[in-house]
Amino acid sequence: MSVNYGSRRIVAGAHYGLRDWLAQRATAGIMALFTIIVLAQLLFSRGPMGYDKWAGIFSAQWMKVLTFAVVLALAYHVWVGMRDIWMDYVKPVGVRLMLHIFTIVWLLGCAGWAVQVLWRL
Amino acid sequence: MTELVKPVRPEFRNINAFKDLRTYRLPPAGWVSILHRVSGAIMFVLLPFIIWMFDTSVSSEISFAKFKACFNVGMLGIPGVLWKLVALALIWAYLHHFAAGLRHLWMDISHKAVSKEFGKTSALATLAVSLGLALILGLKLFGAY
Repeated sequence: MSVNYGSRRIVAGAHYGLRDWLAQRATAGIMALFTIIVLAQLLFSRGPMGYDKWAGIFSAQWMKVLTFAVVLALAYHVWVGMRDIWMDYVKPVGVRLMLHIFTIVWLLGCAGWAVQVLWRL
Repeated sequence: MTELVKPVRPEFRNINAFKDLRTYRLPPAGWVSILHRVSGAIMFVLLPFIIWMFDTSVSSEISFAKFKACFNVGMLGIPGVLWKLVALALIWAYLHHFAAGLRHLWMDISHKAVSKEFGKTSALATLAVSLGLALILGLKLFGAY
């Protein structure tokens, strides 16, 4: 880590370890909470589970807001995790950078789709 | 002065995926660790399918019927049983990632949990919970009860 500028600048790495480490745990907590909330609504609903009940869970405004936050948390969480995998197994910096870019595009696309589904409900 | 003879010391390097994996005995904590990674990667790859399931199951009565037909009849020329297997893989991946993640968080919070003994028992508990629940939900998915 002595020279990190010019042609030796590290272009694909974690950069700031603690911030992402902490973010990974915070986002995990949010998603775990979300899982419990969805499960609770499934378990405490009466009668057979059909479209109305399932869609009803996500159509409440507070649930939309929460799910939106969870989608963003998921994207950040997966970004940190996938970047860790690429950093561990892929050494050529060009290939790694390409995989990082692919990961971001993949996650942004999925997040956009999920938000669209959520907000037309 | 006598010459210092350098003793031949064993070298431990990273394991080779092709030569060492067959004989490498991973401790339970190691299994939980690599499976945490594998389950995360599976969910990353299948993320569009997860959102497709969210989309079709929640958007309308008609799309909900399409969602059910995917698993009961099939979709894109792939029989429903295979789609159920994909769903089961996702169920296991989520359960394992969840349980192993809670184990991680517990070890981050408690210094007492960072010990060899706790590492082993909590790893075995993680595997028991994730595989057990995946089995129960898998039997439900395939209509065993």
